[in-house]
Amino acid sequence: MAWDESQPMVSINDVHKSFGELKVLNGVSFDVMKREVICIIGPSGSGKSTLIRCVNALNTIDKGSITVQGQEVHDPKLDKLELRKKVGMVFQQYNLFPHKTALENVMMAPTHVLKQDKAEVEERAYKLIKKVRLDGKERSYPGELSGGQQQRVAIARSLAMNPDVMLFDEVTAALDPETVKEVLVTIQELAEDGMTCMLVTHEMGFARELADHIYFTDRGIIVEHGPPVTFFTDAKDPRTKEFLSQIL
Amino acid sequence: MKRCRMLTGVNTTAPTRLPVLLPSAAATIGAARRERHEGTFRLNLKLWHGGALLLLLLIFLGVAEAANGTREGPWAILWRWKWFVLQGFGLNLLISFLAMALGTVAGAVLGLMQVSLLAPVRTSSWVVTQFFRNSPWLVLLFTVMLLLPFEIEIGDTVFPIPDWTKAVIGFSLPIMANLSEVVRGAVISIPSGQWESSESLAFSRRQTIWMIILPQCFKRMIPPWMNWYCILAMATPLCSIMGVEESVTHVSQAMAAEDNRPDLLTPFYSFLLLIHFVYTYPIARWTISLERKFAVKL
Repeated sequence: MAWDESQPMVSINDVHKSFGELKVLNGVSFDVMKREVICIIGPSGSGKSTLIRCVNALNTIDKGSITVQGQEVHDPKLDKLELRKKVGMVFQQYNLFPHKTALENVMMAPTHVLKQDKAEVEERAYKLIKKVRLDGKERSYPGELSGGQQQRVAIARSLAMNPDVMLFDEVTAALDPETVKEVLVTIQELAEDGMTCMLVTHEMGFARELADHIYFTDRGIIVEHGPPVTFFTDAKDPRTKEFLSQIL
Repeated sequence: MKRCRMLTGVNTTAPTRLPVLLPSAAATIGAARRERHEGTFRLNLKLWHGGALLLLLLIFLGVAEAANGTREGPWAILWRWKWFVLQGFGLNLLISFLAMALGTVAGAVLGLMQVSLLAPVRTSSWVVTQFFRNSPWLVLLFTVMLLLPFEIEIGDTVFPIPDWTKAVIGFSLPIMANLSEVVRGAVISIPSGQWESSESLAFSRRQTIWMIILPQCFKRMIPPWMNWYCILAMATPLCSIMGVEESVTHVSQAMAAEDNRPDLLTPFYSFLLLIHFVYTYPIARWTISLERKFAVKL
């Protein structure tokens, strides 16, 4: 079954997930089209991160289905490595490889996983580092970079794999307000380039400006969703209203 | 359902001030206050203290030698035998090097097996590790030295297995088990984010371990590895019990050749202690400085 661009890039269908007794996801469904940017917001522990981690099979799901380009993620026979080549992920704690320079961090996966030509990868890595506005920092180790710089290297590292979807798991939550901006600008440019993005975020202003669609989760279900304009001004559900009143 | 037992702090309020602790708390506070006021007791030894001590020792030795009259003094005897003892110590070093090399290779393999995803591999390596880690070194040494044949025949040729090579194997077993734990500990000490990020970049597990995890473990493993080497080097005289011709055996032989004079005990064994100390202590200091250097910076 061939996938084409008229079908959803990522399709989430009635996903259930629990950690022991704790039900984290309780029947979540939505689609993400190509070039779409969606934001998942909601209170802590509402299952946002778990959901996004299920998309690249870092977490397994108990019931339901998640497809990426028509390919079932929940399939036990799935080649996880093939899936992850298509889905990039950026974490809250950057998770750069501390024993490698910024350049090497970006180059590692394409050279060793995709077995691409090293010189070619290096050239692309320089471009990517430039794209995230870190030219000159190629030879720096992660320990020598600020949080915001590390996070941008992490974004470049994911982009080096030429993914079709990018997942951002609270990527600015560990940063101070000054550096949040530089990371958000990077993501914005990425979205403007047409990258399909799924973000878990607490940056409401950013979500409002950038997202095509916003999903509000609470206790493992999607309580409310909509395009930012209606979502922020015309929330229906009392839980959404309460959440927004606390944040905005 | 059974009624729950009353648990302090769980289903009853916990009294925050336990009266029974008050007197001792008062004493601790008093002691801390006094300490702040007066400062703590410190030895404050200077180099010249050591020098004076050494001088005192030399004087006593001189007196002892003089009191001996015409008989050759024990220190003079030691001086004659010094190369013989040092030669024995050379075997100690050789045994420690080889046992460490063997133990490191085996321990690395065993340690990696301990973090395998395959349960049988993980469990079996865990059992082996725990068995050798919790056995007395001397018993392992006895077992290996008594069980291994003294020679093996391959075809027509007979290869003798000298005692000291058996000692190498005997010592490498506990080293292997302890280093296996060092490897396992280092691997699990790497933050889970490193695993997650390399997984999400489509690295296979093997690639993740060899390219991401182990290079980060390496530095962390060096100080404990050197620590185990020191312990091993100090343990090598154990094999003298089995007659391996190392330093302690040579000392006994030398003293026997000098009619087992009781006044030889102090000089000979002091000399043994001294050479072991001079060898091990710098390694221990170096380990400490490396530990400081490689301390995890967060």
